[in-house]
Amino acid sequence: MEQIYLDHAATTPMGKAVIDAMYPVYTEIFGNPSSVHSFGRKARQQLDGARRVMAKSIHANEKEIIFTSGGTEADNLALIGTAYGNREKGNHIITTVQEHHATLHTAEMLEKQGFDVTYLPVYEDGKIKIADLKEALTDATILVSIMYVNNETGVIQPIEEIGQLLADHQAYFHTDAVQAFGLLSIDVKEMGIDMLTASAHKVNGPKGIGFLYADETIPLQALQFGGEQERKRRPGTENVVGAAGFQKAVELVMEDKQQRSVRYQEYKELFMQALQENDVVFYVNGDLDSTIPSIVNLSFPGTNVETLLTNFDLDGIAASSGSACTAGSVEPSHVLAAMFGTNNACTTNSIRFSFGAYNTTENTKEAAKRVAKIVKRLTA
Amino acid sequence: MKDNKDIRVVVGMSGGVDSSVAALLLKEQGYDVVGIFMKNWDDTDEFGVCTATEDYDDVIRVCNQLDIPYYAVNFEKQYWDKVFTYFLDEYKSGRTPNPDVMCNKEIKFKAFLDHAISLGADYLATGHYAQVRKTNGHYEMLRGADDNKDQTYFLNQLTEDVLAKVMFPLGDLPKPKVREIAKEHGLVTADKKDSTGICFIGERNFKQFLSEYLPAQSGEMQTLEGTVKGRHDGLMYYTIGQRQGLGIGGSGDPWFVVGKNLQANILYVEQGYSNDKLYSDRLIATDVNWINPDLVQETFTCTAKFRYRQADSPVTVTVLENGHVDVVFAESTRAITPGQAVVFYDGDVCLGGGTIDEVFKDDHYLDYVG
Repeated sequence: MEQIYLDHAATTPMGKAVIDAMYPVYTEIFGNPSSVHSFGRKARQQLDGARRVMAKSIHANEKEIIFTSGGTEADNLALIGTAYGNREKGNHIITTVQEHHATLHTAEMLEKQGFDVTYLPVYEDGKIKIADLKEALTDATILVSIMYVNNETGVIQPIEEIGQLLADHQAYFHTDAVQAFGLLSIDVKEMGIDMLTASAHKVNGPKGIGFLYADETIPLQALQFGGEQERKRRPGTENVVGAAGFQKAVELVMEDKQQRSVRYQEYKELFMQALQENDVVFYVNGDLDSTIPSIVNLSFPGTNVETLLTNFDLDGIAASSGSACTAGSVEPSHVLAAMFGTNNACTTNSIRFSFGAYNTTENTKEAAKRVAKIVKRLTA
Repeated sequence: MKDNKDIRVVVGMSGGVDSSVAALLLKEQGYDVVGIFMKNWDDTDEFGVCTATEDYDDVIRVCNQLDIPYYAVNFEKQYWDKVFTYFLDEYKSGRTPNPDVMCNKEIKFKAFLDHAISLGADYLATGHYAQVRKTNGHYEMLRGADDNKDQTYFLNQLTEDVLAKVMFPLGDLPKPKVREIAKEHGLVTADKKDSTGICFIGERNFKQFLSEYLPAQSGEMQTLEGTVKGRHDGLMYYTIGQRQGLGIGGSGDPWFVVGKNLQANILYVEQGYSNDKLYSDRLIATDVNWINPDLVQETFTCTAKFRYRQADSPVTVTVLENGHVDVVFAESTRAITPGQAVVFYDGDVCLGGGTIDEVFKDDHYLDYVG
C-alpha cells in the first residue's frame, strides 16, 4: 500500500537538490568559519552566501539574520532576548492564546520571571482582532509576538495591520513565520516586522537549522554565551552544512512560490471535494478563505482524533492533530479550544491535513478516498 | 484460511515484559501486529512527571525493536466511570473490591476491544497468563500453564463471544521463560520489574491514597462480644483476616479483623490466626458470569478460588433463580471477604465467577462479615 504524506506542516521531505548542495560541504568545506586560515575562510564564505539568501528572501539585511538550531530556538531568543534586553523600557509582553508552544511556554516562563503577559483571544474565524491588540497595548509593552500563520488551522493573521499599529509604539513586533515562510511573500521592512522566525525543515530543508531575523537596532540579550558567532547573539560553531542545505531550499522555494501556492491550493480543494463527493460530513475549522494554501483543519463529528489518526496511519495516511497525544492523554487542541471553547467536540475530533512537495493530484485523490472510507466506517 | 500476515492482532501493551513478549511471539508467528498502549489513569505528579509517559516510552522502544506500529489510546473517563467509581462505592459499603476484575470486564476486554475492532483488528491480544481453547464449537478459558502466574481469577467476567476474539500468547509459558525470551531478543523491558498492586495506586501508600477520595471516620475496635480493644482509623482501611496495622498488643495470640459494623462504625477483631470467627462454609455471590452459560447445570460440583493465588477448594454450586449462586464449601474456609471474586473451575477450565456478597457458617448468615 502506498503511504501518503499529508503532514507537511509538521515537517517536509528534503529535495534531492538540497542534499546535493549539502554533500560537497560535508566532504570539502569542513573548516571552522571563525578560523583565520583558508579552510576557515572557505566555510565562512559558504555561510555568508547562505545568510545573504535568507536576508533576501524576507527583504532584510544580512547582518539581521541569526542562524539558530530551528524555530523553537529562534522563538525563545526573540522573546527572552527582547524581554531581558529591554527591561528598562517596560515589562509587558503581548502574544496570543493560539501561538505554538515554543512561544506560549516561553511566555509562561517569562511570566514566572516577573513579566506581565497578555494573551490575546482568537475568534471562530481563527484570527485575532486588531481592536484587542490596541486595547492591550500600554506604555510598558516592549514586545508583541503574533504568529504569521497558525500551524493548526493554517489561518493567516493580520500581520500588516499589526505592523502598522505598532509603527508608532516602542514595542517590537515578532512573528513566528515558520508556516508562512516559503509560501507567502514577506517583506519585513515594508510590513513593520522587527523579528521573524523561520525554519529550514518546513521548506524541504534539513532539520536542525532555522533563523531569527532581528532588526539591527533591537537590544537583544543572548541566551547562550561563548564565542562571537552570529555577532555574539548566538555563540557556537555554525552549522555550515545545514546552512548550505537551508540556502538551497530557500532558493528553490522562492523561485516557484507562486506555482506551489496554486498547486497546494488545488490539492486542498480536490481533497475536500472528494470527501464531499463521498458524503463525508465535515466542517472546516477557521475561515477557509483566510488559510494558507497548504493547510486545512477539518472536524469530523462523531469521531475522535485517536481513532482517526490510528486508522489513517494503518491505512497509510499520515496526518496530525493539534491535540497533543502523549502516552494516550489527549489534550484538546489549545488552538481549537481558544476558537470554539474547551468543551466543543471539534477540539477532539479535528485533523490537520497539510499538503506539499510529496503530493500529486493522484495521491491526494487516493488519500481522500481512504479518509472517506475510514470516517464513514467510524460514523456508520 | 487467511494467512497470518492478513490477520491483524492488536496487542495491549503496558510497557512491561509480559506484553512485550506477547507482541514479539505474535510477530514471530507472522501476524499483522499493532501495539497499543492504554492510558486509564492520570498519575501526573506535581512536577508534571507521569509514569505512564515512561511506560509508553518503553512500549515505543519495544515496538521499534519489533518493527511494529504503535499507538496510544486514552480510557481515563471510562475507567473513572466504570472501575474507579465502583471501587470507591465498594469501599464505602465496607467491602474489599477487586478493581482488576472490573478493569478487565469493562475496559480491557470491552472499551479496548471495541477500539481494536474499530482499527480493523481480527484479534485482541494481551500478556495475561491464561489460555483460550475451542472445544466442540465453544470457546473456553483455561488456566495459564504457569500455576504461580495464572490470571484467570481476574478474567472470570469474560464471555465466550469476547474470548472468540482474544489471544493470550503467554498462556502456555512459564514466567521465567518469558523473561528468557525477552533477554534473548534484547528487549528493553527484559529486566523491568513487574508492576505490583492496584494499577492506579502503584507503589503509593494505599491508606493515604484512599483517604484522598473517601472521608475516613475513626471508631471503636471491639470483639464480637463487645469488649473495646482500641480504635480504628476508618473501616475502609481494613479487610477480613487482616493482622497488620491493628495496633493491639499484649499477651496471647495476635489479633485479626473478623468483620465490620458499618452502621455503628465498629471494627470487629478476634484473637488467633485460626479463630473460629474467621471461618465460613457457604457464600452467596452476585454479578455472576458464566463463560459458557449453555454448559452450566443448576447444581454441580467444581473447585473455586476465593482469592487470587489461593489453592482451589472443592465446592457445590447452585444457580439461584435470580442468577446469583449459592456456594457450599466442602471444608470451612478462612477469611472469605465480601467484594472479592469467587471463581469456579472444572479442572483447568475456568467456568466463570461472581462477587462474594454474603457469607454463612452452619447455615447462619454472618452479619458481622458485612
